[in-house]
Amino acid sequence: MPFLVNLGLGLLFGLGLLVSGMADPAKVLNFLDLGGAWDPSLAFVMAGAVLTTALGYRLVLRRPRPLLAEAFQLPTRRAVDGRLLLGAALFGIGWGLGGFCPGPALASLGLGAPGTLAFLPAMLAGMALARRL
Amino acid sequence: MTEFTPWSALLGGVLIGLAAVGMMALEGRIAGISGIASRLLPPWPDAAWKGRLGFVLGLVAAPLAAWLATGDAPAQSVPGNLPLMALAGLLVGFGAVLGHGCTSGHGVCGLARFSPRSLAAVLTFMITGFLTVALMRHGLGS
Repeated sequence: MPFLVNLGLGLLFGLGLLVSGMADPAKVLNFLDLGGAWDPSLAFVMAGAVLTTALGYRLVLRRPRPLLAEAFQLPTRRAVDGRLLLGAALFGIGWGLGGFCPGPALASLGLGAPGTLAFLPAMLAGMALARRL
Repeated sequence: MTEFTPWSALLGGVLIGLAAVGMMALEGRIAGISGIASRLLPPWPDAAWKGRLGFVLGLVAAPLAAWLATGDAPAQSVPGNLPLMALAGLLVGFGAVLGHGCTSGHGVCGLARFSPRSLAAVLTFMITGFLTVALMRHGLGS
């Protein structure tokens, strides 16, 4: 049951990435290229996603518990620390080099571009490395 | 050049948001992809691995579903410099786990919860992303 539910959620998320253009590194890199061929599309992706999520969370979090789990598991950390900022800074450099973040990279695996096949194993290795710290 | 596509961007963003809301309504969790994917890697074990594996496989299956629905494979243009892409992947994976989230966890779910940590993370990775592209495209002797 959790497998199938999550499979459906992942599929919906992935279709959103593909429809939005977020899974196309050329569009991501052009969004980040303020001084060049700037493509503002990604701001619309973020606006659509954040507004939908903010509204949906307001409705969902009024309920006593989620439908398929005991309780809501929300992040409780509030402080902005060096680890967060260093991680985000490195993430942004990688994002700016490749035009991929984790979701779009995974949703691009099946499209088989050589750049994706170079990016994904390295991304998983980077994740495994950081988990050991 | 890529074409400015506000409507498909907005529609895709809404689908991403619906998936994030569905994750909270059903499983009570944040839809953070780096968190979901990285917890499938060692050190194991993790009690929720079946759900995580399902979510990642759903993401991977998305182009197939798009192809079945439209008859066309989704168009994309991925940089072909393979050592650079491997370096990019390493930085993205390492940075996302070190910083407790990526574009989905901090960018979508965190901003939707008005989390100050997520706002700080998003501003930071946007700035280093802008600077990296500026340097790569306009900075190095061009």
